[in-house]
Amino acid sequence: MKKIVVVDYGMGNLRSVAQALRAVAPEAEVLISGEIADLKQAERIVLPGQGAMPDCMKSLEESGLKDALMESARSKPIFGVCVGEQMLFDWSEEGDTKGLGLLPGKVIRFQLDSQRQEDGSRYKVPQMGWNQVRQNQPHPLWNGIADKSFFYFVHSFYAVPEHARHMVGETEYGTPFCSAIACDNIFATQFHPEKSADVGLQLYKNFIHWNP
Amino acid sequence: MLTKRIIPCLDVTAGRVVKGVNFVELKDAGDPVEIARRYNDQGADELTFLDITASSDQRDLILNIIEDVSSQVFIPLTVGGGVRTVEDVRRLLNAGADKVSINTSAVTNPQLVADASSRYGSQCIVVAIDAKQVSPGRWEIFTHGGRNATGLEVIEWAKKMAQLGAGEILLTSMDKDGTKSGFDLELTRAVSDAVNIPVIASGGVGNLQHLADGVQEGHADAVLAASIFHYGEYTVQQAKKFMSERNIPVRL
Repeated sequence: MKKIVVVDYGMGNLRSVAQALRAVAPEAEVLISGEIADLKQAERIVLPGQGAMPDCMKSLEESGLKDALMESARSKPIFGVCVGEQMLFDWSEEGDTKGLGLLPGKVIRFQLDSQRQEDGSRYKVPQMGWNQVRQNQPHPLWNGIADKSFFYFVHSFYAVPEHARHMVGETEYGTPFCSAIACDNIFATQFHPEKSADVGLQLYKNFIHWNP
Repeated sequence: MLTKRIIPCLDVTAGRVVKGVNFVELKDAGDPVEIARRYNDQGADELTFLDITASSDQRDLILNIIEDVSSQVFIPLTVGGGVRTVEDVRRLLNAGADKVSINTSAVTNPQLVADASSRYGSQCIVVAIDAKQVSPGRWEIFTHGGRNATGLEVIEWAKKMAQLGAGEILLTSMDKDGTKSGFDLELTRAVSDAVNIPVIASGGVGNLQHLADGVQEGHADAVLAASIFHYGEYTVQQAKKFMSERNIPVRL
């Protein structure tokens, strides 16, 4: 039986991620775990994240999960979500925080104070709600998902990958930004697939069956 | 482009969805999971559950409801009603809520907003404000279902909540709630223009034009309604189509 581990490092709500994975992979064992042994045994790993990146990184380091995660990242399929995506990069502007460095690039905050939306209203930060993702590169995880589908976002920071070839999804909020990234066995999204209804579930389903 | 959200609101007591006018004459509106699933199928962008249970023995029922709903419906869920401590926030998030709405306790203990948002992140802390107009251009906060005046001015309060770490404001007009005469647009616009976080307009929706007005006149980022959806007057789909025809970006 496939073992999928949702990494529990004490931050945020992991339940909804696990629920969505269970819904699309009833045959798999979906485990919310902060045990190094479970990470080692996992076939694939989901790294969620909520809240502030400095706190998330600190929890990962203090729990000793960082090393296990880095080791897994060499070979296993990994899916990063939201702050779990941001942590994969080298560095974040949020609290001047060093990331895991699995993806070259940085994480910065929306600077939209001086801009107005098309209807004249101001841009709110966090961006909260449903926005479109343009699939600017083909990827097996996009299978069965229409280009420009809507996904659910909640975030104030976003990733800027160093290499354009890693960006597989792009979204517009005052500025175009990278909303999905892929590199070898890693796929990560700024949006929340577990809260994006059918298209989100499809993305997780594709991840379950992905063999990079 | 970020779309404007339509959020059906479900009042829950003793494990059932109910609807009343100004908290009296509650009528049974159905099973929470069934209703949640129906709204999800209609394209609702989020769901809000308000626990209006008075008795604390029945309080845990909302946790069971959220657990059931979150295992079957994969859109954001906000839960409010009787949230007093960081521990309450934790329990709701663990049950499957994505956001927790804090109302009276934000007034009696603003530190709760700061503590909860620093622990769980601003993205999951919604501050609910019940506002009543006291003079032209001035609204004040009321608690306990509109019975208790606090003397706090709404716009300053909303700014303060954003500063303390609220990720969103759920703004209800006590004057309009239950009247079906539309949102208090002046209030909604004043608050939405004053803060940098999203504002959900609530209270008074009677038809689809009211929803469109909330966004276009009130500058709301999201609109919340209960009865027009519960009793099948309109579907969420109809609401979205209506808004889309008026050039409001929505997820169709």
